[in-house]
Parts: sequence; structure tokens; C-alpha cells
Amino acid sequence: MESTADIAIAPESRGSSWSLWMRQTLAIMSLEIKKNFFSRRALLLYPMAAMPMVLLAALTLVPPDTDEMENFSMVGQIFAGVYGALILRTLVFFGCAWIFMNLFRGEVVDRSLHYYFLAPVRREVLVVGKYLSGLVAAIVLFGITTVGSMLILYFGLFPTESRAFFIGGAGAGQLLSYLGVTILACIGYGAVFLIVGLRFRNPIIPGLLLYGWEWINFLLPPLLKKVSVIHYLQSLVPVPMSEGPFAVLAEPTPAWIAVPSLLLFTAVVLGLAGLQIRRMEISYAGE
Amino acid sequence: MITFNDVSKFYGEVLGVNRVSLQIAPGITSLVGPNGSGKTTLMNLMTGLLKPSSGQISVLGLSPSDSEAVFQKVGYCSQFDSFPRGATAREFIEFYLRVHGYTREDTATLVREALERVSLIDAADRKVSAFSKGMRQRVRLAQSIAHRPSILVLDEPLNGLDPMARAEIIRLFRQLADEGMYVIISSHILHEVDMMSDNVVLMHNGYIVAEGEVHGVRDEIDEHPIQILIRCDRPQVLAARLFEHEHTVEARIHDDRQGLFVKTRRPDDFYLLLNDVITQQRLQVESVAPVDDDLNAVYQYLITSDGGNV
Repeated sequence: MESTADIAIAPESRGSSWSLWMRQTLAIMSLEIKKNFFSRRALLLYPMAAMPMVLLAALTLVPPDTDEMENFSMVGQIFAGVYGALILRTLVFFGCAWIFMNLFRGEVVDRSLHYYFLAPVRREVLVVGKYLSGLVAAIVLFGITTVGSMLILYFGLFPTESRAFFIGGAGAGQLLSYLGVTILACIGYGAVFLIVGLRFRNPIIPGLLLYGWEWINFLLPPLLKKVSVIHYLQSLVPVPMSEGPFAVLAEPTPAWIAVPSLLLFTAVVLGLAGLQIRRMEISYAGE
Repeated sequence: MITFNDVSKFYGEVLGVNRVSLQIAPGITSLVGPNGSGKTTLMNLMTGLLKPSSGQISVLGLSPSDSEAVFQKVGYCSQFDSFPRGATAREFIEFYLRVHGYTREDTATLVREALERVSLIDAADRKVSAFSKGMRQRVRLAQSIAHRPSILVLDEPLNGLDPMARAEIIRLFRQLADEGMYVIISSHILHEVDMMSDNVVLMHNGYIVAEGEVHGVRDEIDEHPIQILIRCDRPQVLAARLFEHEHTVEARIHDDRQGLFVKTRRPDDFYLLLNDVITQQRLQVESVAPVDDDLNAVYQYLITSDGGNV
């Protein structure tokens, strides 16, 4: 039998830089996606993601006796409110915080990050691989929540009208728009929470500060509104959300500016995360 | 060569290592010292997990911060006993080789080779979480050698191994070193280091206190007094008589009060004097033996005497 030591595995077989980075990214993603869905930390995400659907199912089974609930044209407004307050600002925000902050912070706590740092992989590739894996988990979970919640609300209250609305009307377009906003939220918040998890030993405080900033966005003057993720997301929802009587009104940012702005913002944050991880040391002391 | 040039590392105000200059050649080099002496810091600096506060480190001509290039040549088996949950030994090694960028076929070959080298091929598909500490240690060792590095860095690799596994792993280190690999080991188990090392680096409080071949280290401290243990019935009497002579540097009674440690600058004169004292005082002597014949004694000397902090 040929000794395994005699088998030549040349470094060249690792390939050119781009193909190598691609393979490394996919390898990182394959493990990280498993962790993001099936690790002990992931268990919290399932009840979180299911919560809006359960609440809306309960609402359709035992609808309150109000005019809105008997009028099909009001369902869009109800969902817009639920989507804005419960799904976008709460579930997606905290869900992304949990997923993306743990990508690095969780590994430091588990004392396993050094395995990555000791592999011949650019640390920026590690950031990209982990970020994309977090994105897959967040989009799958919160995408299902978005689509499921909308369908449960519409079909639970008005099955016949909803069939026409989604098949021949504006329903499918609205559904895709909401899904798109959820995806963009995962992209933007994901990048922010990834760098927060890299930068801070205790990321909860910066996370809460960020949450406060996003929540008071409706009170901010128009210029400051633009220094947030939620402003661009709100500009993209198909049914405008009411922000209450105290809101400082501002023109929504057009989609052709909002989408590239969010993507550009994400790219800048990931770039900063790349710089951050290059300087990162591992000692695990005090974790 | 692996070179440290005036390297210091501080954790805030706490010293990790201070002004370390060191060259490490192929073969087995052992970093020896008590906890907190700076062994792990030195290894983490060498592998880029930590960045030096000052000084330069070169690993085969590369900077440790160039992880993409360095870790094709370096394998590091750290002391952190952590694994992905639910992973088998094969999956664990396989996964990190995939991150290296190897193809599926090459990965399978390298995993098999690594597991064979640490005698874990039969347990390859069992979950690591069900392994004994010694087996987990071997899995991590397999993971660190799987990509055939030229430098293998091992932080306390013999911890938790039973005597048979220990002997087997030491044999593997020797084999790897004989193949031309740099094997750098940290340990506080001195007799094992003594047996397997080509070179030793003695560390204490972040400083290198001695380095070189085991015997070279001995020579380095020849200018210091030699220590001798005399097992006898009345060590106090012996101590009093020996102190009358100027070449006796120190005499300390053994904890069991049945022996005396003596440090002397002139062993030949000391043995003549000892014979006289034994005869005159009619001491019952069980044994007379130098206690610094092995690295353990050198180490004990260096870390317990003020003169050791060079």
C-alpha cells in the first residue's frame, strides 16, 4: 500500500488567489451556516422568528371587534404596523444582533476562534465568510417570518379576497417588497452587529444604544434621520407606516438612492470590520 | 530559522515577555518555565495570535502577521480544549483543512494521514465530545500537523496523556524533528523535556534565563555553585561544620530533616571536607549526590535563585 506520506499534495493545488478565497469562503460558510441554524445559541432564534406568525394567527382566530378587522382595505395598514414595529424594528433588529454579534464574540467565548486564525486564510476572507453565513441564516428565518406573517394575516381574515389580491392584484408585489426590505435590513444590521461583536467585549450596551437611536428616528430632524438604517428601510416599504402624531416628517428617500446607500454603508462597515480583525489578538483571558 | 529580535509584549501594564532575543533551529526546542513565565505568550507571538509591543519576529523569513503565508508552514496545537459541537475527529480536521483551501480529495488524504500519525484512525468517526482528554489532545495534534507544516508549535502537548500515549507522542515528535521539522514545545514537565529536546529555553517571569542544548545550558551556569544533597541523620551538625568553610555558599536542610542541600563553588574541596566531617562527627550518611544533573535541577536553580534572573 502506498504510504500517505508519499502522496504529493503541492501547495499549488490550493489554486489562484480568487479561486482559493472563494473555496475558503464557501468552507467557512458551510460550517458557520450549520452553527447558525443548529447550535445551542440558535435555539433562541426559532421562537423569536415564530412569534409574529403566532401572534397574527391568534389575531385571525380571535379577531378584535373593530371596523378595521372587517374591512379588507385596512389589512394592508394593519400589516404595515405589525411589520414596522414588530418584525423590522424588533425581530429583525434583535435577531440580527444575536446572530451577527455571536459570529466572532461567540467563538471567543467558546475559545475556538484561534482555529480560524491559525489557518492560512486572510482574515478579511473570514469576515466575509462569517458575514455571508449569518446573512443566510437571518434571511431564511426572518424572510419566512415576513412572508408567513403577511399570508397568515391576509388569508386568516379574508381568504377569498386575499386569493385575488395575491394572484391577480398588488399582493405579490407587496409581499416581495416586504421580503426585499427584510433582506436589506439583514444586510445592513448584520454588518453593523458583526463589527460591534468584533469591537466590543460586551456588545450589549452598544447594541442597546443603536436600538435607541433607531427607535427615536421618527423624532429626528430630516438630516439626522438619514444617519440610520431604519430610515432607508422605511422608505422602501410598500405601505407607508404611520409614525405617530409626534413624528418629524421627512420625504422618504427614493429606492434608487436608498438601496445603493444601504449597500454602500454595508460595504464600508465590512471594510472596517476587515481592518478591525487584522488588528485582533487572541488571548481569551477574562472571557 | 525562527527569530525573535528584542521582542517585548505587554498586556496593558502586565509583562508578557520582555526583550526576548532568540533563534530557534530545526529539531525539538522546548520552552520550559512555570505558569506565567511567558511560554504561551512567546508561542502566540510566533503564530501571530498576539502582536508584539516592540521588536521583530521572523518565521522562516515571514512575518507572523502574514497569516496566509505563515500558516501554510506552521501548525499550532494550542492548549485550548475546544471543539465544534457534535463534530467527529475526522470532521474536525477535515473542516479546517477545507478552510486552508484544499480540495475534497486532498483533504481526505491529509486527514487520514494525520489521524494515522496520532493513532486515532480507528476513532476517526466518533464524536470528539466522547473522547478522553488524551484523545482530544491527539485530535488537536492531528489537526495541527494535517497540512504538513514545517513548524509545529505545541503548547503543553503532553498534558492529560497517559504514560503510553505520552511515550507514543514523544516518539512522534522525535520522528517529525528527524524529518527536519521545527518542533517547539512548551512544558513544565521537566524530565520529559530533558529526554526529548535538542534545545531548551528556560523562561521565568517573561525573561529567557538560559537557552541552548541541555548540556550547554548546564555549562552556562557552571560559574554558579553546584548543589549537592547529602542524606544523613544529623544534617544540622553537618551544616554547622560546612559553613566554617568559605566555598560553602548555602546549606539548607531538607524538608524531611534527613538531608542537607549544600551549594559549593569548589566541589573537589567540598568532598574532601565532607569526608573529614563525617568521620569526626560519626554521621550516618545514606547518600551523597549532586542534584543538578538534570534539567530539573538547572531549572529549579534558575527560577529559585535571584541570580537566575539574568
